[in-house]
Amino acid sequence: CLQSEETINHLFWDCPRAVNVDLQTDATLQVDISDALSERDKVKFTVHTKSTLPNFKQNEFSVVRQHEEFIWLHDSFVENEEYAGYIIPPAPPKPDFDASREKLQKLGEGEGSMTKEEFTKMKQELEAEYLAIFKKTVAMHEVFLCRVAAHPVLRKDLNFHVFLEYNQDLSVRGKNKKEKLEDFFKNVVKSADGVLVAGVKDVDDFFEHEKTFLLEYHNRVKDASAKSDRMIRSHKSKFLFSISYFYGHSPLPLSCFQTLFPVQKIEARVAADEDLKLADLLKYYLRESQAAKDLLYRRGRALADYENANKALDKARAKNKDVLQAETTQQVCCQKFEKISESAKQELIDFKTRRVAAFRKNLVELAELELKHAKGNLQLLQSCLGVLKGDT
Amino acid sequence: MPHFRQNRLCLREYFNMFNEEENRDTFDIQISVSDPEKVGDGMNAYMVYKVLTKTSLSIFSRDEVCVKRRFSDFLGLHSKLASKYMHMGYIVPPAPEKSIVGMTKVKVGKEDLSSVEFVEKRRSALERYLLRTVKHPALLKDPDVLQFLESSELPRAVSTQALSGAGILRMVNKAADAVNKMTIKMNESDAWFEEKQQQFENLDVQLRKLHASVESLVCHRKELSVNTASFAKSAAMLGNSEDHTALSRALSQLAEVEEKIDQLHQDQACADFYLISELLGDYVRLITAVKGVFDQRMKTWAKCQDAQVMLQRKREAEAKLQHANKPDKLQQAKDEIREWEGKVQQGERDFEQISKNIRREVGRFEKDRVKDFRVVIIKYLESLVHTQQQMIKYWEAFLPEAKAIA
Repeated sequence: CLQSEETINHLFWDCPRAVNVDLQTDATLQVDISDALSERDKVKFTVHTKSTLPNFKQNEFSVVRQHEEFIWLHDSFVENEEYAGYIIPPAPPKPDFDASREKLQKLGEGEGSMTKEEFTKMKQELEAEYLAIFKKTVAMHEVFLCRVAAHPVLRKDLNFHVFLEYNQDLSVRGKNKKEKLEDFFKNVVKSADGVLVAGVKDVDDFFEHEKTFLLEYHNRVKDASAKSDRMIRSHKSKFLFSISYFYGHSPLPLSCFQTLFPVQKIEARVAADEDLKLADLLKYYLRESQAAKDLLYRRGRALADYENANKALDKARAKNKDVLQAETTQQVCCQKFEKISESAKQELIDFKTRRVAAFRKNLVELAELELKHAKGNLQLLQSCLGVLKGDT
Repeated sequence: MPHFRQNRLCLREYFNMFNEEENRDTFDIQISVSDPEKVGDGMNAYMVYKVLTKTSLSIFSRDEVCVKRRFSDFLGLHSKLASKYMHMGYIVPPAPEKSIVGMTKVKVGKEDLSSVEFVEKRRSALERYLLRTVKHPALLKDPDVLQFLESSELPRAVSTQALSGAGILRMVNKAADAVNKMTIKMNESDAWFEEKQQQFENLDVQLRKLHASVESLVCHRKELSVNTASFAKSAAMLGNSEDHTALSRALSQLAEVEEKIDQLHQDQACADFYLISELLGDYVRLITAVKGVFDQRMKTWAKCQDAQVMLQRKREAEAKLQHANKPDKLQQAKDEIREWEGKVQQGERDFEQISKNIRREVGRFEKDRVKDFRVVIIKYLESLVHTQQQMIKYWEAFLPEAKAIA
């Protein structure tokens, strides 16, 4: 049954670009994922670049990248002190086909116990599900690259250029256990810091507001994301009543029942669209709002460092010892803090603009799709009713 | 609390729709079962229902009669009718099932949604039972039926244990057992019966499967409703924390739309369950009655066969006595032969009659079945149409709000 996997392994990605962000596309650097291949335990993305920038050897080129290489690029941004003042575009989630593969496998095992029609129908459904997951993971990886390409500073990053152009494997092995543990502690410290920093009221009204806002917003988005997932999962479980059964037991016109099967298909599409427009949107802004929070924490740390440097300078002046060193340290901290604050302010304003635009686009499209499907259903049901009622 | 009230309304609505069709028949008799009232307290409590009959038929003494009946009265009626008519091949509509769990809750005085639903389901089932019973031309004229509908006092039905649905089932099964124990298998000369029996076997299996799948459908629908409500609350919270005014408003609107859709799902679940599941339950029980009637025919045939065997034996005995010199015994033997010849003839007549009755009953049953299913499917589709129309209304109201985000 895994044959079916192979038939949809190769995907030409020609759907409209990622919908969760509203990006200004720029002729000087355009990045997209033009193809993707799903193999047993990995996905190979073909990253396609078109650029007029002199940094690249050619104007148009493609390389093949895997998920780990995206993560390497993201982590390199996070670890770069120069980018402390920016919202780092969130890393795409790891491709996860396990659940879908398991279902396809179970179907293959149970082939003997169901009728041919049932088997074909289930197979089609599972394949559609697999395809949807595949498309989503490609979209998420593409969005990440597009965000980087649209960012005035990050797009110039050397690692980014290497990622786009270097046509060999970047040899970025996945983190080993020790490194993963280090990361874990780093995150713990960061959030502990965050709690500390969050406790101190900021002198700057703008940042104070943003802090309060983001902390609450992030939690609410998390909750909404989880609840929307659950709702859509229930919606996906087939629930339109199989009136086809009735057909076998009463000489009612077959045509009537034949119109009801498309109704069932429409219900499935509704669930898929809701998934795309609502659930994915919320998931994405969950990650983005976390990235924005991370920015605030970094600024908070820089502020703390600055304040500590001030205190150290005062002490040094009082003791008249190492004053010059203390002055230099204080100046460095001050510059760092001001630099981060300045770019952070712009980043947070941009974040709001992006967020509002993305929600608007998706909510409008969601409503339009829901309307389209409801009207489609209505038409089918009314025509079926017409047949039934006319047949006295 | 609003949900509570709405569910009750929606139940009655759906049941009334079903019974409307029945009542509009050219039958000139309308029956309604209503106003369930609890009588007594604790474990001895019981529900009493008002049975209102409106008719222009002359067999009734008045054109409008109202009586009070309890559940065991209905069971008693069915038991009497079954014992009178089943062996003649009439399909006697089965009474609703007893339910210990359901009734205990009611007795104990639980006023929650599930016990209200239970009483409403039972009320409607009793109404459908009476309607089906009076639709049967022979049963309508039956004095027990008339007494049930008209007389203000009804003798208490004795030993409801035996009268329960399970009790009747046992009676039916006894006939089936008798059939299985038959030493000579009936040589079905009439292909019609063989064909029909097979059809009903298949129908039985499929209806049960269908009944089960509807129950799972209702489960899913209820789960979806719960998850939608939960998401609606979450979206409202998100809207509250959003600091862009227009987006905040749009998210609150979205939350309201989802809440309304949740209510739609709940109502739809009602329709799924009460319209279709109850109908299927009725038909599963009806099929049992139909199969019972076929078994009664076999039993009749067996009786006929036994009579013939007996006759043969009596003739053989008489032949033997011809050569013995016992004139008294010979006369007795001749008398017995005449007796059994009579029995054989009666048996053959009975068999002819029950076969004729069954053909007619099955014809009626099939016609009713098509009509019932058609009515319910139409009602169900209409409920689906209504749901879609409401969805369209809600999303059309939401769209401009979403577009207004600037």
